[in-house]
Amino acid sequence: MSTKKLWRKPLDIEKFKVPKAEICLIKDRCKGCGYCIQFCPRQVLEESEEINVRGVHPPKVVNPEKCTICGFCEAICPDFAIFVLEKPNEKKETKEAEKNERKK
Amino acid sequence: MAEQTTQIAHPLEPFLRKTTIPHIWCPGCGDGTILNSFVTALKELEVNLDKIAVISGIGCIGRIAGYTNTDSFHTTHGRPIPFAVGVKLANPELNVIVISGDGDLFAIGGNHFIHAARRNIGIKVICSNNFNYGMTGGQQGPTTPLASRTATTPFGNIEHPFNLVHLAAASGAVYVARWTTLHVRRMTESIKKAIQKEGFSFIEIVSPCPEIYGKASKIGTAMDFMNWFKKASVIQNFSDPAQAEITAEKIPVGEFVDVEKPTFEKLLREMTAQAQGKVTGGA
Repeated sequence: MSTKKLWRKPLDIEKFKVPKAEICLIKDRCKGCGYCIQFCPRQVLEESEEINVRGVHPPKVVNPEKCTICGFCEAICPDFAIFVLEKPNEKKETKEAEKNERKK
Repeated sequence: MAEQTTQIAHPLEPFLRKTTIPHIWCPGCGDGTILNSFVTALKELEVNLDKIAVISGIGCIGRIAGYTNTDSFHTTHGRPIPFAVGVKLANPELNVIVISGDGDLFAIGGNHFIHAARRNIGIKVICSNNFNYGMTGGQQGPTTPLASRTATTPFGNIEHPFNLVHLAAASGAVYVARWTTLHVRRMTESIKKAIQKEGFSFIEIVSPCPEIYGKASKIGTAMDFMNWFKKASVIQNFSDPAQAEITAEKIPVGEFVDVEKPTFEKLLREMTAQAQGKVTGGA
C-alpha cells in the first residue's frame, strides 16, 4: 500500500489491504479483439509478442499490482479467455502486519 | 507455445457446453459478450438451470442455444417466438428466454414479435442488433441505418430502420431496455431483471459486427465499434421510446419501460378454470 500519495494517513490503514489479483489467461481461446487491453481502467494488460494457436497476440499482464479485481476484462471478454481471482494473502505480509501490530 | 495456459477452469465453465466452446463467432463479435453477460446473469441469480429454456432462431447469435448448458432449442428462421410460446404455455414453470438477432426477430419474425408482446406472454426476448444479416454475407436488414452501406446497398441504404425499443413498447412489452455490448454490467443487471419479471420482456443489445457490417459500412474494426458506442451512447432511463432512434451521433440506451400487466398464461389458466367450472356446473 503506497502511503506517499495520501495527504493524511487513514487510522485503520494497517487493517485493510488491497486484495492482490491473480489474472488468469486461457491464451489459446483468445481471438485478439483487444477489449480487455483497451477497456481495463488501470492499464494492467498489454498485447504480447507471442502468437497463440489462433494466430493472434493474446494479452499479457504488465501491471498486476495495479489490478483492483473490478472484473471488467472478465465481463467483456467474448471468448471466456480471461478471468480474475483474488490471491490469498501471502504469509510474509501477514507476519509483517503482526509485527507492526505488536510494536504498537 | 502454450506453456502458460492456466490449469484453473473459467468460473463460467459450468454454464457452457464443454463440447461446443470455444465458439465460432468472429474476433470482437458482440454475441460472445452477450453470451458472457447472459451466463453471468444466470450465475448471479443462482437459478436452477433445469428451469431455464434458451430458444434461438437462425443467424450468428442463433448458435447461442448450443453454447448454453441449459435446455435449449435452435429453431427455424424467424420462429423462435412461436416455439417459445409453445414451450411457455406447455410448461409455465419454465423460464423461457429467446435470444436471437434483429433480422430473425424483426424481419421474418416481426409479426410473431408484436403479437407475443401484445398478448403479454411471459417470455424474455434478447435481441442482438448488429444492423445487418451477418451470417449470410451482410445484406441490408430492418435495422440497417439510413444511408449505411451494406453488401446489398453499395450506394447507401434508402430504407428507414426500425426503432426496436419503440416497437416493443408500442406493442405492449412490460419491460423494455436497450444497451450496447460495452455496457456489460448494466446489460447483466437488465437480463437479471427480465428473468425475474413476469410478462413479455425485451432487451435490445446493440452489438458490433466487425467482420461483415464493419467492413461494408466502413465503420471499421471491433474497437472502432466500441469507441462509437462509448462516444455516442447516452443513458436515458425511462425516456420516450419514440425518441430513442439510433443515429451515428446518438445511441439512447437504458431502461425504457417497466410496468406490470397480467400475463397471458395467468389469464389463460383463470379462464380455463372458470370455463371448466361453468361446464361442470351446468351438467
